[in-house]
Amino acid sequence: MPDEPAVVSQGLHVIRGGRPALNDLSATVKAGVVTGLLGPSGSGKSTLIRSIVGVQVITSGALRVFGLEAGSSALRSRIGYMTQAPSVYSDLSVRENLVYFARVLRAPGERVDELIEAVGLEQERDRIVDRLSGGQRARVSLATALVGRPELLVLDEPTVGLDPVLRRDLWQMFERLASEGTTLLVSSHVMDEARHCAEIMLLYDGRLLATGTPDDLLRRTGAEDLEDGFLRLVEEARA
Amino acid sequence: MSPASAWATAFRVFAQLRRDPRTIALLIVVPAALVVLLKYMFVGSPGVFDRIGVPLLGLFPFITMFLVTSITMLRERTSGTLERLMAMPMEKLDLLVGYGIAFAAVAAVQAVVVSFVAFGLLDLHTAGPRWLVVVLAVLNAVLGMALGLFLSAFARTEFQAVQFLPAFVFPQLLLCGLLVPRDEMARALEIASYLMPLTYAYNALQRVGADLIDARLAGDIALIVALTVLALGLGAVTLRRQTP
Repeated sequence: MPDEPAVVSQGLHVIRGGRPALNDLSATVKAGVVTGLLGPSGSGKSTLIRSIVGVQVITSGALRVFGLEAGSSALRSRIGYMTQAPSVYSDLSVRENLVYFARVLRAPGERVDELIEAVGLEQERDRIVDRLSGGQRARVSLATALVGRPELLVLDEPTVGLDPVLRRDLWQMFERLASEGTTLLVSSHVMDEARHCAEIMLLYDGRLLATGTPDDLLRRTGAEDLEDGFLRLVEEARA
Repeated sequence: MSPASAWATAFRVFAQLRRDPRTIALLIVVPAALVVLLKYMFVGSPGVFDRIGVPLLGLFPFITMFLVTSITMLRERTSGTLERLMAMPMEKLDLLVGYGIAFAAVAAVQAVVVSFVAFGLLDLHTAGPRWLVVVLAVLNAVLGMALGLFLSAFARTEFQAVQFLPAFVFPQLLLCGLLVPRDEMARALEIASYLMPLTYAYNALQRVGADLIDARLAGDIALIVALTVLALGLGAVTLRRQTP
């Protein structure tokens, strides 16, 4: 069913590091589009992402991905996860990293070279990750998340610290993946990035402030831009 | 279990080691150099070299692999790669077995080189078969690796992990019987020594050194293997797929 959401959470509570990180969160992530998960640092974006990919202990509430409980072993081969810090082996080359993850995910060997090209690292193929720039390292990490051709791609701040050209290229890539049927959930604390998303979810202090299309948000708040719209919603929530 | 993931992990760990030739050199050269040191320390009393040479040969790999694996696993935890693997279809045991294969192979090379130096160049005498000393060295290395994997869960930083060596390995070295026969120690320490994995590693090496190839040796070896499996199991338990 094309209208079936990829992720559904109902009354999700998560306590992370002794503090409530997600508070009664009910939301859905539409399948086959790019959803932006926006909110300031500490708003619970990473916790929600970790919960969806199944590495976070959930305190209470329901969280289902493709109809299965988050963390189910059957989901592990269907979700691609890019952590916030580039979690790849810094003492291996770009290629060695991808070859390892491709073997773990039972992906064909050709996939590795395909991905190196897709993230524009042909020149760095045999360089040690440690010697790469921050942006190049982030792209290795992104390529790793793509190795298994996941149906759901969950990216935690993939564009942070990248230059504008690279950011544009990545957003184009995300849009292309979505047009090919992949569901993407992309977090960012830069509100401006929301304009690349078909849907957005605004998190603040572990709560869902708003969902909808970027245009919905602008219309609802009467704001000039998304940053302003977000600030108005925060003021509203505080009042 | 999936052999493909375990082998992939073993090759990945090899590739990481290959990028770090200094560590490889240290792993191979340092134990050999220490054996040379021992030989000339006891040049005035050659019986001592023969008595402690064989056990030390088999215990070096335990110590080095304990240290190397606990740091490697700690890096895996802190760099986020473990979290990434745990979100993938990777069985915990496959990861641990992959580590086991890689470090056992390194330990085998280490044991062969050190044995060659000790038996071939320094004229170390052993009544028992030399190949069995090498086999025990590899088994002890895998035991050290398994304990290192398990204990790395209790370290938050590399500084802490390094301190596990004096905290966890040194007492075992002191009490295993290498320095003083265990029945000559205070009773409480003797009892404590029975709870220490290295005691059985030392017992086995000592019996091979004295050519006592008997049921007690088989029992010690069985215990080494059982303790390795237990430590790997505990290590798998500390690898949490979901963290709070």
